[in-house]
Amino acid sequence: MSRLSERPVPADVGVARPHESAGLHVTGRALYTDDVAARTPGVLHAHPVCAPHAHALVTRLDPKPAYDVDGVVRVLTADDVPGVNDAGTKHDEPLFPGEVMFHGHAVAWVLGETLEAARIGAAAVEVDYEPLPAILTVVEAIEQESFQGAQPRMERGDVATGFAAATHAFEGEIDFAGQEHFYLETHASLAHIDDDGQVFVQCSTQHPTETQDIVAHVLGLASHQVTVQCLRMGGGFGGKEMQPHGFAAVAALGARLTGRPVRVRLTRQQDMTMSGKRHGFHATWRVGFDDDGLLQALEATLTSDGGWSLDLSEPVLSRALCHIDNAYWIPHFRVDGRVARTHKTSQTAFRGFGGPQGMLVIEDVLGRCAPLLGIDPVELRRRNFYVEGQATPYGQPVRHAERLTRAWDQVVTTGDVVERRAEIALANAADPDRKRGLAITPVKFGISFNFTSFNQAGALVHVYKDGSVLINHGGTEMGQGLHTKMLQVAATALGLPIERVRLAPTRTDKVPNTSATAASSGADLNGAAVKDACDQILARLLPVREQLGPTAMWDDVVRTAYFDRIQLWAAGFYKTEGLFWDGRAMRGEPFKYFAYGVAAAEVSVDRFTGAYEVDRVDIVHDVGDSLSPLVDIGQIEGGFLQGVGWLTLEDLRWDTSDGPGRGRLATQAASTYKLPSLSEMPADLRVALLERATEDGAVYGSKAVGEPPLMLAFAVREALRDAVAAFRPAGESVELASPATPEAVFWAIRGGRG
Amino acid sequence: MDLPQATVNGETRSLSGAAPPTTALDWLRGLGLTGAKEGCAEGECGACSVLLARPGVDSPTEWTAVNACLLPAAALSGQEVVTAEGLGDPDALHPVQQEMAQRGGSQCGYCTPGFVCSMAAEYYRAGRCADGEFDLHALSGNLCRCTGYRPIVEAAQALGAPPAGDHLSLRTTAPPPSATATRLPGYLRPADLAEALAALAEPGAVPLAGSTDLGVEANLRGSRPELLVAIDHLDELRTLSIGSDVIEVGAALSLTEIERRLAGAVPLLEDALPQFASRLIRNGATIGGNLGTASPIGDLPPALLALDASVVLVSAAGERTVPLVDYFTGYRETVLAEGELIARVRIPLPLAPVTAFHKIAKRRFDDISSVAVAFALEITDGVVARAGIGLGGVAATPIRATAAEAALVGQPWTAEVVAAAAEVLASTGTPIDDHRASADYRRATLGTSLEKLFAEVGAS
Repeated sequence: MSRLSERPVPADVGVARPHESAGLHVTGRALYTDDVAARTPGVLHAHPVCAPHAHALVTRLDPKPAYDVDGVVRVLTADDVPGVNDAGTKHDEPLFPGEVMFHGHAVAWVLGETLEAARIGAAAVEVDYEPLPAILTVVEAIEQESFQGAQPRMERGDVATGFAAATHAFEGEIDFAGQEHFYLETHASLAHIDDDGQVFVQCSTQHPTETQDIVAHVLGLASHQVTVQCLRMGGGFGGKEMQPHGFAAVAALGARLTGRPVRVRLTRQQDMTMSGKRHGFHATWRVGFDDDGLLQALEATLTSDGGWSLDLSEPVLSRALCHIDNAYWIPHFRVDGRVARTHKTSQTAFRGFGGPQGMLVIEDVLGRCAPLLGIDPVELRRRNFYVEGQATPYGQPVRHAERLTRAWDQVVTTGDVVERRAEIALANAADPDRKRGLAITPVKFGISFNFTSFNQAGALVHVYKDGSVLINHGGTEMGQGLHTKMLQVAATALGLPIERVRLAPTRTDKVPNTSATAASSGADLNGAAVKDACDQILARLLPVREQLGPTAMWDDVVRTAYFDRIQLWAAGFYKTEGLFWDGRAMRGEPFKYFAYGVAAAEVSVDRFTGAYEVDRVDIVHDVGDSLSPLVDIGQIEGGFLQGVGWLTLEDLRWDTSDGPGRGRLATQAASTYKLPSLSEMPADLRVALLERATEDGAVYGSKAVGEPPLMLAFAVREALRDAVAAFRPAGESVELASPATPEAVFWAIRGGRG
Repeated sequence: MDLPQATVNGETRSLSGAAPPTTALDWLRGLGLTGAKEGCAEGECGACSVLLARPGVDSPTEWTAVNACLLPAAALSGQEVVTAEGLGDPDALHPVQQEMAQRGGSQCGYCTPGFVCSMAAEYYRAGRCADGEFDLHALSGNLCRCTGYRPIVEAAQALGAPPAGDHLSLRTTAPPPSATATRLPGYLRPADLAEALAALAEPGAVPLAGSTDLGVEANLRGSRPELLVAIDHLDELRTLSIGSDVIEVGAALSLTEIERRLAGAVPLLEDALPQFASRLIRNGATIGGNLGTASPIGDLPPALLALDASVVLVSAAGERTVPLVDYFTGYRETVLAEGELIARVRIPLPLAPVTAFHKIAKRRFDDISSVAVAFALEITDGVVARAGIGLGGVAATPIRATAAEAALVGQPWTAEVVAAAAEVLASTGTPIDDHRASADYRRATLGTSLEKLFAEVGAS
């Protein structure tokens, strides 16, 4: 076993601890970016001037009338940008655009003494537009060949050979929706400038270093003149990986031009209108099985809806291609990917990062084909699992494939799946109006950034003379419990009670050049970096320990070491070894390991309305040896329900009419965009962590947990399909829209597309 | 009038300078009490939930959770507010905070203070303390994007009774704060109904009760009425009487108060009210407000139409009674004249015995209806003697399904008759396609709602 994964006894990791900020959360004391703004005297408030067209040229922009509004201090336009007018890293998303690319695109920002003044001022800015044709759906984009970025192909074997060996071949397509992040805290930044021109930005960002990069290039400054701090976020889910940068740059630009602190906080409507979402996809596929139902070949084209600029669409697409196999061995494989350019928000990272979209396709394929093959979908899935020794279509061996079957069998046993299915069949036969359905689905999800360079992290651990410890690391806290885990890692590494360790907010002037807290990798990367720093300190303390004897207390060791002039702090660093990815050939071993999970879901569906309830869910999920079980179970349950929301409830609708509102997001508020509430929680939810799951080569034998559980929600979608099938003639393939809203289920019951 | 002030977490705070459009949320945050957050600014997420001492049903005062984002700060005049900060601090957590913290009820923590306040309101409700059951509807107006809710529910269900001597518990046994007359620029809380009616007769004046609709108009659409005239405290509008031939419900009673004070006297409303938005909204929203705003997708009008209800309107000229079916005149238009208010809603007795409220929506709780169908039927000796069917979401106004009613009345209650009437029902109104539902789905579920009722009631 590697040193990194070895867990000492006793260890603080593995103890079920509440979130390190729980006491602050529940008492309202935890500060978020905009709470700091509320305490900042003299702060200016920013309001965007949003374009009322999906696609248009700005032919005139006159800020003067805004200055007649009481309380308006400054209007920010493209002319004010001293550096690069770009909110991203690819030079395809101008911060102040001359060409409007989506409905609600901000063409200018107004700063006011109050938000009310800024709002009225923004309405007073005069803008003339020359409307242009807009593309709103992936299907329109495909028809008009509107694509952006690379068009990768992943290939293994020879699909012609595969189809020749297949005794059953089917084809189909599916168009499925994206998802709004709906972090409870909308995008927020607060910028100020100190006496030396140093820019300081408080930002709700998952990627402080990139926020720093963008602020610097917009202001024409070097990185060392910009500091970004993230106290904590009120949720991120990927939505604050790349999207905060432009808003932070607006705040920083305003602060630089006015000399006053500037606050940018989007309202919910602005946030939903202006910021990127999960990519919806369109997929066409052709699949071949043999008589035993074993997959022989898959041929597919995935087209993601990238929105107006590239953002993270290319890596999201790569991950979709890397996950279309999910848990299944497909010998002959050819999948093409491309990113549609549409006149919508620039779609971005969202928990799973394309993985869920790839997996939706194969789970949909299996769910639709099972009745055509005459094989029970539970059996069909199980039969196609990877076994040890097989590799993914991109060439990575599927290590620990046995965990899939182990988790599956555990769910079947502890979930009484066989007995319940028999009972359901009886109940369904007796009730024409309400049918129940049960499905089991697996998850295999690759952990690490596909882009190898991002798999590095830094940490700074200070031991003070009194023996207390302060840690900094490059990861950000968005609710996922990363800081809790890092405190546990440091306490474990140093052998101290956790109360002796504190954690300071994430800042770019403490730990530089950090990767985004994303790809579920936060604990893996930063945990290893924290441990590295702790190990360095312990190594330096070793002579002192030997001198003082084995019974010496920590405080004495530290004090003695200080007087011996031994360095008591260390910078830790970690890079994940053994990764390799050729993005052009779409081959390599991009992942350190796979996280596995299995869910069984039971639902009941009402014939009259299509409304349904999730009655019971059983989950077994692989987190390695958990660093923090309460945190990990929270991630599993929360991720699962977020996935249920994506697949069943959350319904992004854009105005696709030819009317004046074309391109407007019709579901741009909490009243029209519904995410799961208490009423969508499964009536009976049972979560277990997979046992005997030590992950060698990861910090204290743990595994990443942020994203994989989201995909456990496919069990609910497939259970709905199972229940709908109970209303339909036996042997019929059921097509189900995504999201499977009550309306979609209603139409599916009636034999429509859903 | 005294200078307006409010008691916040036990301290007196001046409301001078807190004129509309300043919301209670922004005002509290301006005091440095940033526990309450803005998550949506339209009363959908509950991140801004705070506790107000309000007149109670089971005790003289109740700690009532409301959305601070919707309420004008001026409405706090003379009131007592408790925020998450006032419930406890990290070294001395309140029992609700203790359960939430230790069970993993918070992840990002942003929604947490709001959940804590909504949970604390139910924690202190005298009725809960009597039966010990935590009513999860108390949390239906709070959204969490992180946890999946299970630990939050378990925290709620783990709560015992408040300890003896708990000062917030003791507060519920004393009379509620009185609604002091208040005047701020753009806001008036009149001393009595006469002053309210006089003020409302002025151009630009708008009546304000729970602010669950006006608050959304202000926050999302920038509506800035010249004068908000608060009427929610007026005694004349807060009566509830159950007589021998009529039930009268005061227009300014909140839906929560109505639900609990009717205590099942109108089964159709007992069915409909828990499906109306969320407890947080129902704590503010009034029956008069829901009829006054006259939305075609309001949930009470279909129920009240099915019940043959009337509204009593009051103005300086006196009172008049209008059948609800004649009250709606167009999209968000009614017979209400300038300066006229809804005083009471009259529900005639005896009630039809077979009732049901079918709300078709994407989400089970806290959603807006795609279609709402209310049934009130009397079936005597196997024959439909009376039929009231009210519909929402299928026309510019809430309507009665008179043709479908006619297809049922006098007919035997059989599958054949129901099927024929369902077909008539499905062709009622002029439903539209929008982001909530397609017109086809709305039509189809109109029809199936009657079939569903038949399946539930059974053939006679």
